[in-house]
Amino acid sequence: MDPTLLISMIADLIGPETRHVAVGALSPIPASAAMLARRRSGGRMRVTVLGSRRNSHFTSGARELFDCAAQGRIDVFFLSGAQIDGQANINLLSVGDYLKPTARFPGSFGSPYLYMLIPRVILFRPEHNRKTLVDKVDFISAPGWSPPEVYRPGGPAALITGRCLFDWKRDERRFSLRSAHPGEDSASIRAETGFDYDEPAVLPGSPVPDAALRAEIADLIATEVAEVYPRFAQDYARDYAQLAA
Amino acid sequence: MTISLDDLVARIPNGAKLAVPADYSGVAISATRALISRGVRDLHLVCVPTSGVQADLLISAGCVATLEAAAISLGEFGPSPAFSKAIKSGSLRMLDSTCPALHAALQASEKGLPFTPLRGLLGSDLVKWRTDWKTIQNPFSEDPDPIVLLPALKPDFALFHAAAADRDGNVWVGRRLELSLIAHASAETLVTVERVLDVSFFDREEIVAGVLPSLYVGGIAVAEKGAWPLGLDDHYVVDGAAVSRYAAGSPLESFLDRAA
Repeated sequence: MDPTLLISMIADLIGPETRHVAVGALSPIPASAAMLARRRSGGRMRVTVLGSRRNSHFTSGARELFDCAAQGRIDVFFLSGAQIDGQANINLLSVGDYLKPTARFPGSFGSPYLYMLIPRVILFRPEHNRKTLVDKVDFISAPGWSPPEVYRPGGPAALITGRCLFDWKRDERRFSLRSAHPGEDSASIRAETGFDYDEPAVLPGSPVPDAALRAEIADLIATEVAEVYPRFAQDYARDYAQLAA
Repeated sequence: MTISLDDLVARIPNGAKLAVPADYSGVAISATRALISRGVRDLHLVCVPTSGVQADLLISAGCVATLEAAAISLGEFGPSPAFSKAIKSGSLRMLDSTCPALHAALQASEKGLPFTPLRGLLGSDLVKWRTDWKTIQNPFSEDPDPIVLLPALKPDFALFHAAAADRDGNVWVGRRLELSLIAHASAETLVTVERVLDVSFFDREEIVAGVLPSLYVGGIAVAEKGAWPLGLDDHYVVDGAAVSRYAAGSPLESFLDRAA
């Protein structure tokens, strides 16, 4: 898995029009992508990184993020899942029967709320296999879509993994494969995915960052990202130096 | 004006509904140790909105009957060992929630309301399992508009750690206003602080917005490094080595003794 490729692609997904992107705790790759998008916006884009005092400008306590989301003041957010299924349902809670789980994870955090209210949620799950991308999640922490009577300005925009990028087709309630990362193809992705999805007749490759973009991202991580994720920045700098050598 | 740590936690009876903040927000670990030593039982622990080290300590010591939280995790240090074990063995009554629901239900209690509506949530399996949450039609809408109602959450006690109290028993929480929220919502608030300052925070206009008035505070005990091994804003950072050792299964005693 190439973190630079993911950072570059996620920054493209965030796009230049976004006013405010928020990133949950312990998410160095989405946070790096958000900071890259902010840099490309000339600093106009607001980036909130939860758990970072310097990158989280709230003064009304922990509830303020959620109130902001409900008012439409956050455009883009990231969620993941121990399981994600073909209807974009996410499971952050447990595997197996709810009362007698075979595996238990921390819990749903803010997902049952933020997935419903933030317009563009990017699903990020580097580990792409039939255990993580399943036909049907064992527990719905937050649903991928809702019936028309349910108030829901928010929802999934895309799913990016260590193998590929899927777009979410809101009207069809299905994922559609957009591009394959280097080393993957239509068959290898299909073999590792537990749900059905659409794909184009000819599958494009994901855009691989050139040397200039890699240098820019390395600089960004050594400066802005390192303040929030020092350990990630250290590892990244070491890998980048090895790659350059 | 302050009392001892043991006297502070003696206020918390078996079976109490106890609200505590998340690992980043000022967690009273020294008081938690005293509570465990006292042998408290059957707590209903409300984590606002998540917990890690503190919840794990209380669960592993057998103090918790019911756990209400949006998540339990040691964060970058990994899963919470006692929590995972208790869930798999079914020894814990778990009320799985979500961060904004905990905040909103406490805000209802703050206002003395019986319940509060909250957007989102619909379609989540949480709503299926939380039989105390109700879905109704928005009474102000002509069109179909289902919305979830949450009962107000009124803990018996809030317990947290803060940097300082003043000579009148006001507590400075700074930007951590979730601490004020749990204090307002709870019947009584117990606080440990690093130190007591011989000033009145109400004379300091530039900091008074981050002050929890003594009106809400039932008891204060001084506990230096009272959040260790967790951190306290601007005072000390998380002791990563200690939390890593704990996550890897070091016994409770070796971990706690260093804080003594």
